[in-house]
Amino acid sequence: MSETTGAMLPNNRVLRYNFRERMVHWTAGISYVYLLMTGLAFWTPWLFWMAVALGGGAVSRMLHPWAGLIFTFAVILMYGMWSTQMRESAADKAWWDSINNYITNQDEKMPPVGRFNGGQKLLFWGFFWCGVALLLTGIVLWLPQSFPAVVRQIAIFVHAAAALITIGLFMLHVYMGAIFEKGAFDAVIRGDVSAAFASEHHRLWFDEIARETSAKR
Amino acid sequence: MSQATLRIQKISGHAGAVPGDGMYRDIKEKQVCKLVDTTTCIGCKACEIACQEWNDLPFAATMFDNTYQTMPDTSWNFWNLIRFKEHVRTDGTMMWLMRKDQCMHCADPGCLEACPADGAIVQYANGIVDFQSDKCIGCGYCITGCPFNIPKFNPSTRKVHKCTLCADRVSENLEPACIKSCPTGCLHFGTKDDMKDLANRRAKQLKEHYNFPNAGVYDPDGVGGTGVIYVLHDITDPELYNGLPKDPHIPWAVKLWKHPLKWLGNLAMVGGAVGLFVHYLKVGPKIAHKNGNGAEGRQ
Repeated sequence: MSETTGAMLPNNRVLRYNFRERMVHWTAGISYVYLLMTGLAFWTPWLFWMAVALGGGAVSRMLHPWAGLIFTFAVILMYGMWSTQMRESAADKAWWDSINNYITNQDEKMPPVGRFNGGQKLLFWGFFWCGVALLLTGIVLWLPQSFPAVVRQIAIFVHAAAALITIGLFMLHVYMGAIFEKGAFDAVIRGDVSAAFASEHHRLWFDEIARETSAKR
Repeated sequence: MSQATLRIQKISGHAGAVPGDGMYRDIKEKQVCKLVDTTTCIGCKACEIACQEWNDLPFAATMFDNTYQTMPDTSWNFWNLIRFKEHVRTDGTMMWLMRKDQCMHCADPGCLEACPADGAIVQYANGIVDFQSDKCIGCGYCITGCPFNIPKFNPSTRKVHKCTLCADRVSENLEPACIKSCPTGCLHFGTKDDMKDLANRRAKQLKEHYNFPNAGVYDPDGVGGTGVIYVLHDITDPELYNGLPKDPHIPWAVKLWKHPLKWLGNLAMVGGAVGLFVHYLKVGPKIAHKNGNGAEGRQ
């Protein structure tokens, strides 16, 4: 296995995300949060204060498409890094079948999975395909006078609908990564997780790294 | 007409109620309306010039494309355009159709519906739909919301502009500049009721005395009626007058986006946040510890 997908570290730590992966993740993450706040401001008057707080409605409108391009750039890099690892496998099927145990923290009943579990793969592909839709419709909304009326009308609806899907995924992702699953936030900041985290949540991946490490010795 | 007619009855992108909405006496008689009788327009363009002058708009180069139309379309600095169409009738005779194109000041304005910026588009008690440039964020949603393709974007200021129906003049008891300049009397201005009455009488005259059996008044219901109404030679085919839509309405995608999608989306977002919070209270964090493999390390 190549070094990009993990390695054993001293003190029972395991490298989960290398520097490049973390950088790309946060490029996407920070640009997404800006897009989310300005986008929600345009979505409902109740949240228009977000645009005001971020420099005013006109500034938010001007920068939102450029932040979208940064987000697109990060998603393209993510696709390059992770698309092969995000392919659905037989282990994911078993994981989804056991999703109730995952939700209720009965992890000892969970089947072993590789580097990414079924939920993480759903997040990745959900963001990827919604990102494609948001980019295409976003270009239409960016330059409204360059497109025919019916295209603009469809774009305005699809852009909001796709954004809502990503908001659902985003809320789950933040909850899982920063609140629910202890150790996961460290993984995407510092890059490493405990061996317990790796073996309990990503057993197949951990076993592979462990095998590789002992083979090297 | 007075400044009281400029009380605001609809506001774009506004959270909560509209101040003053429904608290004044019936505003029906204050509804203003412009009547354009296409059958007596001679295409002199006096109204175009009056509009440019009163609104202090810079003159753009005109274009000659073998028609009597000043330029292909209205623009951010050209709000009032006489559209020209050479129409050959089935009997071989020919008509020059002139239609004064400008903001229609819809009772249900699609621009205002689509606009996300608080107060960037307002509708006054007299029915005039007006853009407030200082509040405009330049998103262009109004362009998509409008069924008449009226709002136009100025790329240098990043604001959208259109006809104001001379709200400044109307509030001072003056008719709009275009009306004042019209030499043939094809433009009229007054209350909606009066203009509807005048238009209907003219349409009747055209039917009974001028051999236009299909003459009628264009005041489309799809947008709740408009503050600009037309007398047309042929009401059955408004598209003939350079794309005047037969049944204009706020685009269905804009309605879906602003109503069902908005409420479903808001419900889902709030419901999702509550659901995740309750989940944490009930289930708590997920901690990897069960195989004792150095789990006491940095968690």
